[in-house]
Amino acid sequence: MTAPAAFRTCPTTGLKVHRQADALIKANAVAATVSLLVGGVAAVLVLLTRWQAVHLLPADWFYRILTVHGMSMLIFFIIFFEMAVLYFASAVVLNSRVAAPRLAWVAFVLMVAGAILVEWMMWTGKADVLFTSYVPLKAHPLYYLGIILFAVGALVVTSLFFATLVVARRERTYQGSVPLVTFGGATAAIIAVITLLHGAAVYIPTFLWSLGLVPMDAEVYRLIWWGLGHSSQQINVAAMVSIWYLLGGLTIGAVVLNEKISRSAFVLYVLFISMASAHHLLVDPGFSPAWKVWNTSYAMYLAVLASMVHGFTVPAGMEAGMRLRGFTHGLFEWLRKAPWGDPGFSALVFSVIIFGFLGGITGVTFGTEQINIIAHNTFRIPGHFHATVVGGTALAFMGVTYYVIPLIFRKQIAFWPLVKIQPYLFAIGMTLFSMAMTFAGTFGVPRRHYDISFAAAPFAVEFNPAVDLILGVMALGGLLASLGGAIYILSTVWSVFFGKPLAEDATFGAVPAAILKPPPAPPAGDADHKGLTRGTLVLVGVFLLAFIAYYFVNWKLLSAVWRVG
Amino acid sequence: MNTGLQSPTGVWWKPAHKAERLWVQIAFAWCLVLFAMMPLWHMKGAQNPSGIRAKVNPNDFARRTYEFINTYKVGEDHGVPVVAPPPGADVYLLGRMWAWEPVLQLERGAQYTLHLSSLDVNHGFSLAPVNLNFQVVPGYDYGLRITPSEAGEFTIVCNEFCGINHHAMVGRVVVLDRAAAPVYGGGE
Ligand code: HEM
Ligand SMILES: [Cu+2]
Ligand SMILES: [Cu+2]
Repeated sequence: MTAPAAFRTCPTTGLKVHRQADALIKANAVAATVSLLVGGVAAVLVLLTRWQAVHLLPADWFYRILTVHGMSMLIFFIIFFEMAVLYFASAVVLNSRVAAPRLAWVAFVLMVAGAILVEWMMWTGKADVLFTSYVPLKAHPLYYLGIILFAVGALVVTSLFFATLVVARRERTYQGSVPLVTFGGATAAIIAVITLLHGAAVYIPTFLWSLGLVPMDAEVYRLIWWGLGHSSQQINVAAMVSIWYLLGGLTIGAVVLNEKISRSAFVLYVLFISMASAHHLLVDPGFSPAWKVWNTSYAMYLAVLASMVHGFTVPAGMEAGMRLRGFTHGLFEWLRKAPWGDPGFSALVFSVIIFGFLGGITGVTFGTEQINIIAHNTFRIPGHFHATVVGGTALAFMGVTYYVIPLIFRKQIAFWPLVKIQPYLFAIGMTLFSMAMTFAGTFGVPRRHYDISFAAAPFAVEFNPAVDLILGVMALGGLLASLGGAIYILSTVWSVFFGKPLAEDATFGAVPAAILKPPPAPPAGDADHKGLTRGTLVLVGVFLLAFIAYYFVNWKLLSAVWRVG
Repeated sequence: MNTGLQSPTGVWWKPAHKAERLWVQIAFAWCLVLFAMMPLWHMKGAQNPSGIRAKVNPNDFARRTYEFINTYKVGEDHGVPVVAPPPGADVYLLGRMWAWEPVLQLERGAQYTLHLSSLDVNHGFSLAPVNLNFQVVPGYDYGLRITPSEAGEFTIVCNEFCGINHHAMVGRVVVLDRAAAPVYGGGE
């Protein structure tokens, strides 16, 4: 049995926090931040190379560092952070102990060992294959082994999440249903299991193939790899949306309008995602049109529906929460009077907007079977996913960190004046960056390409002259976002290791006001819903119009290219 | 009411309120449109990634390509053979580290079946500045019925990472008006 000293009581929220949960969250958060630093340095190097005016790296290092960037960011940073989120959403939110903490530490060590192995292979030039490592490009066997170790660790953490839910229920640490945030975390964890099984199905044979033991088919690899690669994006989306609800609640006391709707939307993610690797294979030779159309949409795009539902319920819950507390004037008083100086709040709002308007609209459009012909492997693709996974997910993760540091690490946020503008810098930078990248892609500029002046090529290639200017804007946006990322790393590392405890006076240190004085509890019972969400209805109306416009403009663009079929 | 951090009390399986229900319905209707456009475009549209798809041994594909080159060769450009196939022909384009073979001279408005495959790793067929993109996978033959709709000079950029010289992998397509003089000779 656990001794009582294994817990502390959070003086702010009154939650009982298991010290092991504390420590595990810290360890995973630190690993995530280190990965972000490595990936961030790589981002700047890659950015300054793709900006043809600077063209920083030599070709071999460009592809090497691009591999480092993809792996360190998309795999290590994001997944370590999600492990921390899983411990938070289970043990902390439910007042529970972590099931099997010793196993949790074994998992952590496995993940760190795997990540180090992979980084070692990449930096020494033994894995210049980019993070997708499409066979028959071949990396050193230890590269694949490192990924397998990392994935096994993540699978163990995911299992511990479920075990902790069982422990919490059995030990009655909470009443009624689990909160929505935990529910969302659970869907992320379920998708993670599906993802990691795909991961095993692709990396174990590939590891054996790299040892020369079994054959591999290039197209089958792409199919299964994207079973991993895409569903892992769905983990990110589910985790991000859970954090939206979490930050909404923490920063302004956003309410859940209807638990049924929000939870059903999470379930749709689980049900309609596992095969969605299809939208990466729309212009591949291995699959029939019927297979492509069916698997990219399941005839109804229900995962898209789920995101559109959350895209309404999250802001609507924020609006309702503010209106219930008296900000009832006009359509948008609830937004105008919101705490824009709270980096948790601004990060939340920008994350929702960038994910929806930039990432969501472009993603669904490019994931249309035929429109993919004018998008596949162009700059439109990284333009799209930097809006989803960076402007959306990473920014939400940043916002929640400003709450996790005071609540879990018990430290003030260092460099507070900088931190207040950090989400603005990051959001504006990422918006410019990903819009410019997407725009350059509509002119056919390829992704993953060292030199679009084609100096070493036998034939000259001419892109639209506007492309140079657009790449300049992309670089500007990328540098702004990198500055935002640097402030985030500086502040969080400083806060955790040298920061002042919450109670002390500190220059440039502070905690979000909503932690010192949490928003008043929402009124008990059901509220009168009339007009409670009308501002949000206007906003989603604008969103839908933008979506429709962008979608049909792309059909128009498509209809202008050569006939092909 | 409660925030997302608190357990909902009582039975939370309740009907949604008007605004929320309205949005779910609109969004669902839009999702159906998103789906319907794809089959619709297969019936009415002129750009689809369907093609004739088959597995192929990479060496067999290379042999077919060289037969094709020998049959219709009209010249060379930067050491790459130039081929002028007649309208309606099966055209073979081989991707390998780090070149596209052959250079194609086509006729505007004529249809060809363009077979794409690779001898080694994945490559990306990206026709510039038209912006048509297809994945080229070793072991798979992708036969696309393609009709150049404009005359001019075009390049094929490789847009799938295929090794250290990926960025030097560029091919060429010339499209002629029916009456125009050929760029590379041959033709008639
Ligand atoms: C300030 C932040 C960032 C900047 C400036 C940046 C910049 C870039 C650039 C220039 C590329 C190369 C595109 C190409 O040549 O195809 C790239 C690729 C990529 N980035 Fe980022 N990035 C940033 C943050 C992130 C984050 C946070 C993630 C993930 C969570 C991420 C994930 C990726 C991935 C997966 C690729 C694709 C790599 C590949 O094609 O193999 N990036 N990024
Ligand atoms: Cu290539
Ligand atoms: Cu290439």
